[in-house]
Amino acid sequence: MADPKPGNAAPAKKAATGAYTPAGVSPNRRARRKYTVRLWAVRHSRFFEWFYNRFAAAFLLLHPVWKFFGYERVERPITFVERHVKDFLFDCRMCGQCALSSTGMSCPMNCPKQLRNGPCGGVRANGHCEVEPDMPCVWVQAWKGSRNMVRGDAIMNVQKPVNQSLRETSSWLRVTAEAAAAREAAAGKDA
Amino acid sequence: MAHIDENPLGPHLPLDPLPGHSSLGRLERVLRRGEFAVTAELNPPDSANPEDVYQRAAIFDGWVDGINAVDASGANCHMSSVGICALLTRMGYAPIMQIACRDKNRIAIQGDVLGAAAMGVCNIMCLTGDGVQAGDQPGAKPVFDLDCMSLLETVRIMRDNAKFLSGRKLTTPPKVFLGAAINPFAPPYDFRPYRLAKKIEAGAQFVQSQYCFDVPMFREYMKKVRDLGLDEKCFILVGVGPMASAKTAKWIRSNVPGIHIPDSVIARLEGAEDQKKEGKQLCIDIINEVKEIEGVSGVHVMAYRQEEYVAEIVHESGVLKGRQPWKREPNPVDQLVAERIEAARSGQEQDQQQMAQKAARQPH
Repeated sequence: MADPKPGNAAPAKKAATGAYTPAGVSPNRRARRKYTVRLWAVRHSRFFEWFYNRFAAAFLLLHPVWKFFGYERVERPITFVERHVKDFLFDCRMCGQCALSSTGMSCPMNCPKQLRNGPCGGVRANGHCEVEPDMPCVWVQAWKGSRNMVRGDAIMNVQKPVNQSLRETSSWLRVTAEAAAAREAAAGKDA
Repeated sequence: MAHIDENPLGPHLPLDPLPGHSSLGRLERVLRRGEFAVTAELNPPDSANPEDVYQRAAIFDGWVDGINAVDASGANCHMSSVGICALLTRMGYAPIMQIACRDKNRIAIQGDVLGAAAMGVCNIMCLTGDGVQAGDQPGAKPVFDLDCMSLLETVRIMRDNAKFLSGRKLTTPPKVFLGAAINPFAPPYDFRPYRLAKKIEAGAQFVQSQYCFDVPMFREYMKKVRDLGLDEKCFILVGVGPMASAKTAKWIRSNVPGIHIPDSVIARLEGAEDQKKEGKQLCIDIINEVKEIEGVSGVHVMAYRQEEYVAEIVHESGVLKGRQPWKREPNPVDQLVAERIEAARSGQEQDQQQMAQKAARQPH
């Protein structure tokens, strides 16, 4: 767009129209957010990639612990921690199937269209969102973030449609359980 | 002489499948033969009168290879793309059915794909769709269950693996030619070619671009696309269209998301005496420029509310090179329908008793 409206006018205007907004995607909530932490996380995507790899390895090491208590029983506390940590860092929407490693550490569920495969054609010339004019496009940020990452080319992979039944569940535990299962299957094959 | 895309046994018969083709449609045949294709967009009516659709389609007769049936473009409410396609296929036009992810979830979309293919739709175009804020009903609930990429993959799985997304089997898969949209004129510019690569990987066989007014920018994009070898994996149709006036162009630039119009274009329109004529000439000039770019397989003419100019634009730019697109696409069920109408016309009296007995003897 030639000259985007500055400030938070657009979400406020949208809210005034009475437009439907799904829970957790409230324009008012957006207006309050400054996107600062989210953008900072994208700028440091390489650090987060490194950190997450360590973190995932640690979680996998703890697999016997999770198994001892039972994955279902640790689900609630882990989800609690995961929600708050990722909400602070990435404005996480708890889709339960985290794609941050493939999206340059910019959460694709913050896109008003919840696109998981790249930007729509409506991105403004200044790199802001078509629907929320004061929000930097999630996917412009994702592309920038992915360029800093070692495995940034994961952004080229076609993502599966979101499984809505996994919402509000822990992505960390699921990844760990799947990795453990894969490891056991590989061990079983070798033996 | 028989048209090259005619069944040798008669023009009223449906076409035979060709090896390597995924649909029975003529758009795919034209593109795969390496001819320069022309498609146009039908302005969907705000009425329940089929005549409106037929009239608007008749303008394109013999000038285009496919008619896009838009799915509430710009999030404005119109006759549905499924409805338009039902009417168009009945009259023997070749529609390109657009599906936007904004209004339907994966259950509705997969059902529509099967229905469309059964009606004789050979081309399906998968879009994300504009946000609801852009349209006349900003209070609507945006669905966006799938995105354009997963929609492409879904339809491709239905066609190639004969399965729903859930894995349930289809008895007859939909034979469709899959399309997608590209917008090289929106940031992040350097990601756009890779996004096309993703779309091709997901199943796109042809793409139509957003309005192209900035030819140097498009050339830059195509250079990258050729470097990646994408122009060989998919047919690229450039979106073009006439602007009615400088005022319209300015309005579009600041109000329609995703359309990039450089200042030079507006200046050229403003400087002209007859702005409408100049807009048409500009469109022809852009067509003549982009058709020379390597890797471009056709143009997609979007002449919103100026549909009557499409024939003129196509004729004056000479992109068809004397070729005449077919006018009538036979539907596989045409014969069945004709027989049925004939039976109804002959006015045989139906014996309810006899019919009930017949039905009872034919359990399925």
